[in-house]
Amino acid sequence: MSDPTSITAVEAPGAGVPAPTGPVKTDKPRSLAGDAWNDLRKRPVFWISIVLVAVILLMAAWPTLFTSIDPRACTLANQHKGPSGSAYFGYDFQGCDVYAKTIYGAQNSIIVGALSTLLSGVIGLVFGLAAGYYGGWLDAVLSRGIDIMLGIPFLLGAIVLSSRLAADPNSDGVLAVTMTLGLLTWTSAARVMRSAVISSKNQDYVAAGRMLGATPARLMLRHILPNSIASFIVILTILLGTNIASEATLSFLGVGLKGDAISWGISISEASRYARVAPGPLVYPSLFLAATVLAFIMLGDAIRDAFDPKLR
Amino acid sequence: MFRYIVRRLLQMVLTFFGATFVVFALTFANQDDPLQALAGERPITESQRLALTERYHLDEPFLTQYWYYMKGLLTGDLGTSLTGQKIGDMLVNAWPVTMRLALIAIVLAVVISVTAGVYSAIRRGGAFDNITLFLTLVLLAMPIVVLAPMAQLLFGIQLGWFPPTATRDASLYALFLPALVLATLAIATELRVTRTSVVENLRADYVRTARAKGLTGRRVIWVHVLRNSLIPVVTLIGVDLGGLMSGAIVTEKIFNIPGVGFNIARAISTEDGPLVVGFVSILVIIFLVVNLVVDLLYAALDPRIRYE
Repeated sequence: MSDPTSITAVEAPGAGVPAPTGPVKTDKPRSLAGDAWNDLRKRPVFWISIVLVAVILLMAAWPTLFTSIDPRACTLANQHKGPSGSAYFGYDFQGCDVYAKTIYGAQNSIIVGALSTLLSGVIGLVFGLAAGYYGGWLDAVLSRGIDIMLGIPFLLGAIVLSSRLAADPNSDGVLAVTMTLGLLTWTSAARVMRSAVISSKNQDYVAAGRMLGATPARLMLRHILPNSIASFIVILTILLGTNIASEATLSFLGVGLKGDAISWGISISEASRYARVAPGPLVYPSLFLAATVLAFIMLGDAIRDAFDPKLR
Repeated sequence: MFRYIVRRLLQMVLTFFGATFVVFALTFANQDDPLQALAGERPITESQRLALTERYHLDEPFLTQYWYYMKGLLTGDLGTSLTGQKIGDMLVNAWPVTMRLALIAIVLAVVISVTAGVYSAIRRGGAFDNITLFLTLVLLAMPIVVLAPMAQLLFGIQLGWFPPTATRDASLYALFLPALVLATLAIATELRVTRTSVVENLRADYVRTARAKGLTGRRVIWVHVLRNSLIPVVTLIGVDLGGLMSGAIVTEKIFNIPGVGFNIARAISTEDGPLVVGFVSILVIIFLVVNLVVDLLYAALDPRIRYE
């Protein structure tokens, strides 16, 4: 899982010693990662998003910590009842507890978001590394492929692909949505990786490695990758946020999660029909969804600013 | 310029066939039994099956089927939906209101983002700048499935400032709220790009020259700087169109606007495959053509692009 908290571990303050790969200049007091960490920990935005992400991950892993109510135990008699001491957010159209449903909704969002981001990260990493390192016809083919992918507006492609993958009416759609998002969103990751590789492959330390007889695989994985990984991780963090939003959008339209799967998108879709009578079931999942997406995007934005002070 | 146009057209042809091929392959290839899907629950007789197979060219090889699909797309024959209506006619019916919605959204996006972007660039680091930067980040993170229902709930139902739904021939006023929702993503991205490029241009030599000539600050910014800063914003409109199309599906569904997006959303819920694919294919083509036009416009505005 591309756990966003592991990013901070990478930039641990002890990283004053340059990475053990290749002869980097040693007269610098701090490494880029150390610098970035020093900058990051002074930012409130970074800490707010870390706390938000931690709470959401906790919610996804152990929903019973937050609620003891079964989100699927619904009684129609409770339909659209307002908030009370036992049901903090009230009940929805089916008479389900909105609070419990919202808490449990985090699980599918995080699973789909993390797995699809992992998938597009792997595809993007392989394609980006290959295109950037080898160049030539391989680069031309892959770049044209990316152009073609970008020629299809994202949601339109996702609707077509997702309804194709989710043909099985008995599945809850988690696998189909994960595949859809992973297969459609790797392009930005691949582009970032490709340009990072191109800018670092002509550096002296790579040439030195090559002269020492390192194989292309070793050069790519041990020398080029560690120095191009920062922007890649940033893109993936932001992608995690947008993938969660896309999952909700697809579920909202009915081509995402389905059946008795619990998803913020499905909740919003159902509740928006009765917004006039009962706004609560619409507002709470919307708030949680927006906060989750915002947390990941703010985190990515903060890390990018820390790694690239020029952008400010 | 001529060489650039030729190169760009060739790229466009490649992307065009690639993109339509992907859409086609995803929907029509390897379907278990499309005829049964067409008939729904009812059983199909052998003679019906033969007639339908011939009518839809199902016994032909894959590439030949793709050829028929392309021919249909290019001649405007999109086939019929599962409800028996001609998809082309439905598109003609749905088109005008979506077009108006998109135009209002684009105008709103350009006006708001350029004005606010220039102001936050002039006072970089000031309160207005910091607030807009944070707000755009929030807007960028706000999924349209949250934004559209919440805007409808707040401004349409609770406050009652705008009608919560719109009809086919809705007035400008009725379309304002959905158009604003649709425009938010574009506002956020275009505002950030305007701000960055104005900040960059403010440091340029020609700005110092203009100031040295004694021009007023207002003229320097709104005439000299803005002209050069708007070039990247123009290209963004092409990119934003993709987001606009995606957003229109959700927004039109929420606000009940019977446009193209509304039809796609309804076709998804009634599992009308041909209708979804027909509409999506047309949108993909429009997206590609608009991006081509925008790229050519970009080259016309900025000579550096042509000689890359």
